[in-house]
Amino acid sequence: MTSPAVAELVISGQVILTDEDGYLKNRDDWSEAVAQTLSAADGVELTESHWEVIRLLQEYYDNYEIAPAIRILTKAVGKKLGKDKANSRYLYDLFPQGPAKQACRYAGLPKPTGCV
Amino acid sequence: MTIQRDASAHIKPHAASPEVQESLGFPSEKIDNWHDKAIELLGEKVQSSRALKLAMDACMKCGACTDKCHYYLGTQDPNNMPVARQELMRSVYKRHYTFTGKYMPWLVGAKELDETMLDRWYTYFHQCSQCRRCSVYCPVGIDTSEVSMAGRDILASVGLGQKYANQIINKANTKGNNLGLPGPALADTLAGLEEDVFEETGIPVRFPLDQHGADILLVTPSADFFAEPQVDGLIGYAKVLHQAGLSWTLSTAASEAANFGLFVGSRSHTQQLGMKIRDAAKALGVKRLVFGECGHAWRVAQNHLSELVGGFDFLDDNYPKPQHIAEVTHELLTSGAIELDATRNAHRRLTFHDSCNVARASSLGSTPNGQFTVPRALLKASCDHFFDMAEHTTKQTTFCCGGGGGLLTDELLELRIKGAKPRMDALKAVVEQHGVTDLVAMCAICKSQFATVFPEYGYAFDQVLSLHQVVGDALVMTPAA
Repeated sequence: MTSPAVAELVISGQVILTDEDGYLKNRDDWSEAVAQTLSAADGVELTESHWEVIRLLQEYYDNYEIAPAIRILTKAVGKKLGKDKANSRYLYDLFPQGPAKQACRYAGLPKPTGCV
Repeated sequence: MTIQRDASAHIKPHAASPEVQESLGFPSEKIDNWHDKAIELLGEKVQSSRALKLAMDACMKCGACTDKCHYYLGTQDPNNMPVARQELMRSVYKRHYTFTGKYMPWLVGAKELDETMLDRWYTYFHQCSQCRRCSVYCPVGIDTSEVSMAGRDILASVGLGQKYANQIINKANTKGNNLGLPGPALADTLAGLEEDVFEETGIPVRFPLDQHGADILLVTPSADFFAEPQVDGLIGYAKVLHQAGLSWTLSTAASEAANFGLFVGSRSHTQQLGMKIRDAAKALGVKRLVFGECGHAWRVAQNHLSELVGGFDFLDDNYPKPQHIAEVTHELLTSGAIELDATRNAHRRLTFHDSCNVARASSLGSTPNGQFTVPRALLKASCDHFFDMAEHTTKQTTFCCGGGGGLLTDELLELRIKGAKPRMDALKAVVEQHGVTDLVAMCAICKSQFATVFPEYGYAFDQVLSLHQVVGDALVMTPAA
């Protein structure tokens, strides 16, 4: 399912299309530079903690064709980074617009839809 | 109150893509003869709906509704007064379908559906959350939700559908739920929840999926699988059903209770989504059908589902109609089948947000006004510190959360924040007066909306709780043998 591409990013001379909300039209266009460009526009500097979450989302998406549910994500974060980080407050601190939407956007994944 | 003309005229939802429009049987883009088609559809809709006919014919401009809409109170845009929102359609109806409107339009305020009016329809029919608060105050009972639903269906039918809702209907049709959560991901998510609850309680609470021969099919909004605090509500349902020893299952095919067909005013889409639930219940051979915490799903389940899907004659005679999980839990509590220990929520001071679709479009339990008393009875049994918000903001006259009716999308965030203000003012009063710590809701949309707008009003995103989260935390569970 696609929607009209209304914006584009230019990264190292390559034009990358996004939808109205800034989500990549084609996941194959993703690179770390894309994530950095998108986050810089929000005034967010990506730290290793951000990258851990972004990689977890991408890994889950590769297996299940959807971003992980919040409980799956917090548990995975807890396993990797320690139990004190296995909660949504930790994720909201990293991604204040909400971990599902903001982190998916940086990870090149589609926006979660529904009552979320 | 000050009026600010066109204060929210710039807020509009994204347009649905051509692909999504086509998948729902709508034109891919604005059609050339949009005017004639829209007028024709308007006539048909008024003919076939008494509620819409009433809205077109009976308004006497008394003004009772003008300051009752949360979007008007939040934006001060006069087009968000319910009477003015209705008038966008009424003036066009008069122009084409009444004698005086046809020949002396200036006498009755009849107007043509031109480009400007069409744009206003798209804008302001998407600034109504279909919560029906205005209808409570209308002396003749005009329901603006009927107007915005009809308006959206006409717009989509001339090629001007809304992205958020139409994309979701397409996902629910093709993937089984609004999120687009595939079966394997659902199974993985539920297995994870079983682990979590076992770790927390030491009790093997199950989250069964596609279990043939289970007694109960639970259909719930897919947000319950995905987001917080919705998932905490799902955990609560599972704990209650486990403790009561009831046999139940979720379904991959019917992994969505929500029915966005309602929001876009489409009978055929509401029906198509409803059929999936009926088909799944029949295929699994269940005796009971229970709905999780979703406001408009319950509105559809109680008011439309049976008629749309041809009834539920295969269900058990004792449970011939869909039930709400809050009814089930309340029955179990009343009969003594489960016990709630309020001391387990001693750290919480709670208030309750009546979701519009439960409060004004449905009932709960077997007694009048059960939709107000049942959730409060569950909360009071679960926590000793319960404080209602001001009377004119609760129950029958509850304010919408600000994100209902298919408006829970990021490009409408300004509207959602402003529309939440009446609810936030009422919340502030009980926070200051009673030290309320958390707002409890029983609708997936309300929960996401509050989690999103709370930081704008000085609260944390996690100060909204699911009704069954509070119940589940208070539930006395029998330790595993």
